Amino acid sequence: MSIHHIHVTINGKHYEGDVEARTLLVHWLRDSLRLTGTHIGCDTSSCGACTILVDGKAVKSCTMLAVQADGRELLTVEGLEQNGKLHPLQEGFHVEHALQCGYCTPGMMMAALALLKRNPSPSEQEIREGISGNLCRCTGYVNIVKAIQYAAQKLREPQPEQVPAGSGGGGE
Amino acid sequence: MTTSSAGPHVHGLGEPYKRKEDARFIRGKGNYVDDIQLPGMLYGDIVRSPYAHALIKSIDTSKALQVPGVVAVITGKDLEAAGLAWMPTLSGDSEAVLAVDRVLYQMQEVAFVVAESRYAAADGAAAVEVDYEPLPVVVDPHKALAPDAPLLRPDKKDRQPTNQIYHWETGDRAATDAAFAEAEQNGIVVRQDMYIPRIHPAPIETCGCVADYNTATGKLTVWMTSQAPHAHRTLFAIVSGLPEHRIRIISPDVGGGFGNKVPVYPGYVCAVVAALKTGRPVKWIEDRTENLTSTGFARDYHIHAEIAADKDGTVKALRVYTLADHGAFDAAAQPTKFPAGLFHICTGSYDFKHAHVAVDAVHTNKAPGGIAYRCSFRVTEASYLIERMMDTLAREVGKDPAEIRLQNFIKPEAFPYRSALGWTYDSGNYEGALRLAMEKIGYEELRREQAERRARGELMGIGISSFTEIVGAGPGKHFDIAGIQMFDSCEIRVHPTGKVLARIGVQTQGQGHETTFAQIIAAELGISPDDVDVEHGDTDTAPYGLGTYASRSTPVGGAATAVAARKIRDKARKIAAYLLEVGEEDLEWEPGRFYVRGSPSKGKTIQEIAFAAYTNCPPYLEPGLEAVNYYDPPNLTYPFGSYICVVDIDRGTGEVHIRRFLAVDDCGTVINPMIVEGQIHGGLTQGLAPALYEQLAYDENGNVLGSNFQDYLIPTAVETPRWETARTVTPSPHHPIGAKGVGESPTVGAPQAIANAVVDALAHVGVRHIDIPITPWKVWAILKEKGLATA
Amino acid sequence: MIPGPFDYQVAGSVAEAIALLDRYGADAKVLAGGHSLIPLLRFRLASPAVLVDINRLRDLEYIQEADGVLHLGALTREVELETSDLIRRRYPILADTARVIADPVVRNWATVGGNLAHADPANDHPATMLALGAQLVATGPAGQRLMAIENFFTDSSFETTLQPNELLTEIRIPAPSERSGGAYLKLERKVGDYAIAGVAVYLTLDGNDHVTYAGIGLTNVGPTPIKARAAEQLLLGRPLEEAVIAQAARQAAAEAQPVSDLRGPADYKRAMVETLTIRALRLARSRATGGASR
Ligand SMILES: Cc1cc2nc3c(=O)[nH]c(=O)nc-3n(C[C@H](O)[C@H](O)[C@H](O)COP(=O)(O)OP(=O)(O)OC[C@H]3O[C@@H](n4cnc5c(N)ncnc54)[C@H](O)[C@@H]3O)c2cc1C
Ligand code: FES
Ligand code: FES
Repeated sequence: MSIHHIHVTINGKHYEGDVEARTLLVHWLRDSLRLTGTHIGCDTSSCGACTILVDGKAVKSCTMLAVQADGRELLTVEGLEQNGKLHPLQEGFHVEHALQCGYCTPGMMMAALALLKRNPSPSEQEIREGISGNLCRCTGYVNIVKAIQYAAQKLREPQPEQVPAGSGGGGE
Repeated sequence: MTTSSAGPHVHGLGEPYKRKEDARFIRGKGNYVDDIQLPGMLYGDIVRSPYAHALIKSIDTSKALQVPGVVAVITGKDLEAAGLAWMPTLSGDSEAVLAVDRVLYQMQEVAFVVAESRYAAADGAAAVEVDYEPLPVVVDPHKALAPDAPLLRPDKKDRQPTNQIYHWETGDRAATDAAFAEAEQNGIVVRQDMYIPRIHPAPIETCGCVADYNTATGKLTVWMTSQAPHAHRTLFAIVSGLPEHRIRIISPDVGGGFGNKVPVYPGYVCAVVAALKTGRPVKWIEDRTENLTSTGFARDYHIHAEIAADKDGTVKALRVYTLADHGAFDAAAQPTKFPAGLFHICTGSYDFKHAHVAVDAVHTNKAPGGIAYRCSFRVTEASYLIERMMDTLAREVGKDPAEIRLQNFIKPEAFPYRSALGWTYDSGNYEGALRLAMEKIGYEELRREQAERRARGELMGIGISSFTEIVGAGPGKHFDIAGIQMFDSCEIRVHPTGKVLARIGVQTQGQGHETTFAQIIAAELGISPDDVDVEHGDTDTAPYGLGTYASRSTPVGGAATAVAARKIRDKARKIAAYLLEVGEEDLEWEPGRFYVRGSPSKGKTIQEIAFAAYTNCPPYLEPGLEAVNYYDPPNLTYPFGSYICVVDIDRGTGEVHIRRFLAVDDCGTVINPMIVEGQIHGGLTQGLAPALYEQLAYDENGNVLGSNFQDYLIPTAVETPRWETARTVTPSPHHPIGAKGVGESPTVGAPQAIANAVVDALAHVGVRHIDIPITPWKVWAILKEKGLATA
Repeated sequence: MIPGPFDYQVAGSVAEAIALLDRYGADAKVLAGGHSLIPLLRFRLASPAVLVDINRLRDLEYIQEADGVLHLGALTREVELETSDLIRRRYPILADTARVIADPVVRNWATVGGNLAHADPANDHPATMLALGAQLVATGPAGQRLMAIENFFTDSSFETTLQPNELLTEIRIPAPSERSGGAYLKLERKVGDYAIAGVAVYLTLDGNDHVTYAGIGLTNVGPTPIKARAAEQLLLGRPLEEAVIAQAARQAAAEAQPVSDLRGPADYKRAMVETLTIRALRLARSRATGGASR
């Protein structure tokens, strides 16, 4: 089994390390880098608890090898807050009570971020389809939809002070 | 701030205060068990049986021990030598921690591999070689009691050689039978067989733990996904023989429980044993397949129900027989006195004069369980059966399902109401809830639309469920878990500056206790919930409690919290009287402050009083401002509601589409309406799931089907309708703040609303029942049989 | 669920990928989107000695129409098919297909080439490509080889006629002629699920609404993707009337080979092939004749 030395930018920070070829990206993030906000909920790529962005595209990090991330830019839930300011999605999830146990929340927010990048004004149906790869067992989704609508609204409003884009963070 | 005369803004009862716990979760800073990493920590992985029933001829661990990184392999024989091969279940059975000589279900634990990493542990588990001799399998519980059925539990030496676990009955059989005989002559009798399939709570976080044994101090600390840390500590002490004060269970952030995290599982025990054996911390985290196939399932009730009624549909008697499949070990989570839990709440919201219930529970070659999945001990089964039966009765007498319910409801003036099966319902207004639901959804109009569509050949159905819940166990004299009475507790400390730390015996897995319990205290003391921190889940600091399940947190833990806060206020009154140099009886309370009757400007805020408690305490009082309450409820509480569901059916595919779903709930006093509504949304979704999607099925060889999230069909945002909610408020007369508990009502009430709607859509062609989950192919088979299938 | 050990090589070019495949032979597996392969590795249902990662081959990600042919790079992600203007406008059947595959997060990485090369009868693209009469380009040490889609799949599940040292590099689809239209309809237990049954149809009609081309592909109702040849034959030269549609749908159902499983009993699946074929033919007709585009 091969060992690979990889360099990855995560939330604007540079990380490097040796990984076995088979190491799943989610395990490297959680166990080696201690970025434990990204969760694991299944073994069939079904639940989305592990969703992060790789080069701006959402991916289930349990279905990518750590070695595949070499040289790429990652964004995890820990990178959403910028300069002490919550991302509108984080705000929306809090305000609209879109989380209960909080376990699905990071993956859900990352999937929503990818959705809003692609479609800044999604309809309710588009939101529901957009998060259909992410399971929540607690909330019944109604408030998650509202939270994403809240964030979409906020992100469409002209930003008073432009936060530096950093590492592709923050969702434009 | 402490002296503002207007007083601080109090987010007391009834306010949608935003959750305090969100701050860490939205930043990815929660602390779930798999987030914990200790220096030198090892990882465990479990070798599991591929067979549903087999003898273990031999286990060869030599190859596994050669896998790089593998530290140890523990087998059932090793545990047996240490007297740890078996552990007690919550129902008084013994469950194998690791199988010693036989396996009784597919995926049963056979060996525990401990290694330096997750990956090495998995490699080690793959390298353990087990030689099995397959045995005949009992999958169908109906066959479990046949005289020639293989005996599954020869280890149960103290009893008859049978696969029966118990026979239990309650109610007046003679009077019930007489009422049926009478109805056969002069009234009507309706009967229905129904199966409530085996399902799984499947929280998105699976079960797991980190066990850490300090060889110097002899203290064992276990971080684990536990809904009941104190009870688990006591069980661990009993199993391991370690002194209880040297065991600390910490339930960190828990990613959903729903009953799945009430039992103790073999993996926990193995991790503890491995930590003791290696002297290093050991982490064990289930994967999803293990979670679905080996940890606590729910339901699995085969029910035969009968109603005797007058010709006009006035109910007289209910007779129920149930065959309960408990799997290989009886690991049901039930109070000792009630082996079928609260199933005998099955007369529901209706005024039955007589009732009789009998339950037989049996062993089969399936995973053990029978836990209360977002349900107060089998209420879901009870509510489903009665709500389905009321619809069947309505069809039989040719009445609308709403009408038959209104006709038979227990009347508001009948409370407290003593049911035929012995419960005393605290309060209710069932007609009020149903009428509100009908008005909100436009029931009459929907019925008109249905008739029009039917004339055009379209299939639309409307289903009602007017359920009654029973939650908040104790009282302790009737309810226990493994012998421990079901009280709950709260300890409140008011610091000198008036800030509050509260510790509670219940535990949260997403219910928002850190917020709602702070609100209870805030309301009682007239302070801001921001000034109250609520801790839970650490047995070294929290007062003993029975944990959170069966919607008991608010009814029991919430009551303890209110009572403890009132004790604080009582002492504060004494201190205020001293400070103001008046008699206690001369003081008036307003939120946050005592003042002298007649001179409102003369008063002391709770913060001033707290300060005085530590700096200027009356000589005749103990200094400090703390209180503890252990609350044993006088009765259960009985939340209720009426749900109405509207469905459309695709005649080409049999797919059921939920067009609308309105839930009217009554959970008594509402502490935080935002959180209550969130609980209802989530519960409804967990009611939708078994109605249309979820089932843990087994094939004839005992292979478990649907063992991962590709085949165990948790609804996504696309399947889930936009839930509509409304509420009536009928406080509980015996609860300190009138609250009843709501977390589970929707899971209990929803499946039958959906099932009733689908049956309603097909009632005109004679359909009376379809077992859940109502899959497209079940519906399509009916469409085809009735000549309704068309592209 | 943790994969067993394997080695990993990243290919910097198509030539390099082929050289690696040639070197490792049957011990190697191509890693494209990874969304079929990595789950298999996690369950230890596949144990290749080495993975050849082709994700850096950006020159295999394209959607181009040229010379009356649609060219899809094998590494084209589902999300691109789903959102491409060209695809939505000219090949709505492909957008139909992409949008019902898995979920949006999976579709960011899953590739159309991987979807075909995996040869999973439950995958959705095979039926669509069978209906469209696609051609596949396989590139090996000896250069490129063109084959019709029906020669790509074998009689066994999860098996293709690709050689171990060949890479699937391109999918070619004839551009729509006048009065052509197709549709893909899929019945699922829940969104993102593999099909209970899926039906792809593609039609060309003449001025009198007679069928001059008919392609019908079936998903997940047999051990391999199924081309419903007899149903196609039945349509050819006939007017696309309801009676003909019904007859063809019955024939397609007869060509299905479903088995009973967690997605329903075999007779249900067969009946669903019939229902979906009727609905897909109606939709294809409406698209071919300038009606609704979806
Ligand atoms: C949760 C989930 C749900 C899904 N649902 C669906 C669904 O509903 N419908 C559906 O169709 N699919 C579904 N899929 C499968 C998904 O579309 C896969 O991505 C697809 O089947 C394979 O594409 P890939 O690019 O990921 O290929 P990989 O997984 O990388 O590869 C799959 C196989 O093809 C080989 N291969 C890949 N590319 C090439 C190439 N260019 N040349 C030669 N060999 C190659 C690989 O070696 C491997 O054997 C689902 C997947 C997941 C995880
Ligand atoms: S853990 Fe990655 S999808 Fe479930
Ligand atoms: S909040 Fe618990 S799983 Fe979504």
